[in-house]
Amino acid sequence: MIANLIFSLLLILAVVLFTANIRHIARNIKMGRSIRINDQKPRRWKTMAWVAIGQSKMTTRPLSAILHIFVYVGFIVINIEMLEILFDGVFGTHRVLAFTGAVYPVLISVFEILAVLVILACIIFLARRNIVRLRRFWTGEMTLWPRSDANIILVTEILLMSSVLVMNAADGILQIRGNEYYAAVGSFLISDMLHPLFAGMSDSGLVALERSTWWFHIIGVLIFLNYIPYSKHFHIFLSFPNVYYSNLEPAGKMSNMPTVTNEVRMMLDPSAPANDVAGEDGAVETFGASDATELTWKHLMDAYTCTECGRCTSSCPANITGKKLSPRKVVMDVRDRVEELGIHRRKNKGDLNDGKDLFGRITDEEIWACTTCGACVQECPVNIDPLAVILELRRYQVMEKAAGPGEINATFSNIENNGAPWQFSSEDRLEWTGN
Amino acid sequence: MSVKEKIDVPVMAELAARGEQPEYLFWVGCAGAFDDRYKKVTRAFASILNHTGESYAVLGTEETCTGDPARRAGNEMLFQMQALQLIELFDSYGIRKIITICPHCYNVFKNEYPDLGGNYQVISYLDYIEGEISAGRLNPGLEKFNGVKVTYHDPCYLARANNITEPPRNILRLLGANLIEMKRNRHFALCCGAGGGQMFKEAEKGEKEVFIERTGEALDTGPDLIATSCPFCMVMMTDGIKYKNREEDVKNYDIAELIAQSLGN
Repeated sequence: MIANLIFSLLLILAVVLFTANIRHIARNIKMGRSIRINDQKPRRWKTMAWVAIGQSKMTTRPLSAILHIFVYVGFIVINIEMLEILFDGVFGTHRVLAFTGAVYPVLISVFEILAVLVILACIIFLARRNIVRLRRFWTGEMTLWPRSDANIILVTEILLMSSVLVMNAADGILQIRGNEYYAAVGSFLISDMLHPLFAGMSDSGLVALERSTWWFHIIGVLIFLNYIPYSKHFHIFLSFPNVYYSNLEPAGKMSNMPTVTNEVRMMLDPSAPANDVAGEDGAVETFGASDATELTWKHLMDAYTCTECGRCTSSCPANITGKKLSPRKVVMDVRDRVEELGIHRRKNKGDLNDGKDLFGRITDEEIWACTTCGACVQECPVNIDPLAVILELRRYQVMEKAAGPGEINATFSNIENNGAPWQFSSEDRLEWTGN
Repeated sequence: MSVKEKIDVPVMAELAARGEQPEYLFWVGCAGAFDDRYKKVTRAFASILNHTGESYAVLGTEETCTGDPARRAGNEMLFQMQALQLIELFDSYGIRKIITICPHCYNVFKNEYPDLGGNYQVISYLDYIEGEISAGRLNPGLEKFNGVKVTYHDPCYLARANNITEPPRNILRLLGANLIEMKRNRHFALCCGAGGGQMFKEAEKGEKEVFIERTGEALDTGPDLIATSCPFCMVMMTDGIKYKNREEDVKNYDIAELIAQSLGN
């Protein structure tokens, strides 16, 4: 009875905390510029089904794709068992789903197979990160915290899955011994093999083991649930909406700026009526972005969705050749900046000006090394668009600060004066014909 | 084909003066007009258009930058200045179909001008050449490249950005070339390093230049010839071949030049 009460209180606490965390992140994402993305709904659902649920973009790297599928399917399916654990915890029942009869041991055996696959995948993932040390897990922005974050997630998953297997093994032995509290519900495929490990234990020892692993598992899950919003692991929730709100424009297209069109039309023809194409809220818009608040909410959602896998960076021509630019770092910097600004806002009654901006994190050297090749966008398994952020930063520097690299400014002058990026006269444009 | 030799190319303004309206605008692009190496590609493609008897014209001295490098370097103002003026010029000639030899121009016309009111049927010269071959209007000689080992470098703005990956390969196979793929190809090809304004500035500090990395990947296939389809990629690959001291045994040609050569030009 007291156990049920403690369990219920823990559950409520975890849910309340989690809700608060989610609301904090939602508020942070809404810091971004408002844009409406509600077109092409059928295509959006299809993209989500294919890219997020179907993980189609993972397949370019088959090994990590397969291992990730184990963890992903394991996570979803084993959550059915979570329902049982929650019910048992609140109402004091034991294995409430056992009413399903012959189906039950099959169900548990499936969970157990998945648990083993998850453990296997996580061990290989840990080895790739810490023993093989794949380059993309160790470069630049992969400082102590991002590396530890990944290891914490993997170790937690191994512990959570192992505790279920040990719990089932203890339960299974008690069933065989005919313990009154452990009704025989059938044999479990994987944990049965673990029986010899615990066969020497007394009944009370086994009950203690079964109970403690049960509590370990559920408390672990509730703690992990509240760790996720602080972690790259948040992608397990945000991948789906983030892919739904993907940029569906052609890959080579860069976003248009209607406010600029208005100004240019007036320059070209001063008699033209000024169309009202100012920002949606009527405020004077900054050209480009210097801070998170000038990026769109979708760019900020991208940042919270990033799981720091580094596929973008490992395919970036600038990064491959040793330049400082790393698309993953750009995305991580946006998230860190939003977090920083969110905390400042909370402490300062909604103030969004802390005297800092994105340029405190992302340097010119990074922004100007981009070839706009789009490899990072192509690679991202959850359709994050680092290139869009880089372009917005360039726009701010060029249009608000006239602070682009000297050679780029010279190129602009050439285009303005000669109609070509080089200093050639348009009179010579037909020279190639041999005239 | 010598650059000195004169080639007949119809100019839009002259046609308009005679009241004629060509089917296509052949958009040459700045590199096609001013880069000495790429001028040869422009001539090669013009000779293909002449060979098929196409109804086309160039803008000649009226051509100007599309604004693409300005947009990608963050100068939206300059981009739109160029774009809106060009759209006006296109409209004045009633231009509806544009053939380009530059992937960057292709991309900007096709994907970005519509937002500013410029709607055209934009055709890459690779699609055009493949179409003309299958329609039987273009019959390249098939023996010239028999057994020649060729690797094709995909330009970002054709492959990744616009899904044009197969026409150049089909053309190369048709020419009899022994096509060998680099490890990173098609949508996953590595950029040559010149996009996004990099063509016009020094690269940022790093271990090496992107073009050296990419040329290395191309040379790893052991080619006789690296085929390209973008003026900037051509500059980068040619520089890369020079950097690796392979000018003697590895050539760099544009797909249009290979076709023109097979036609005996």
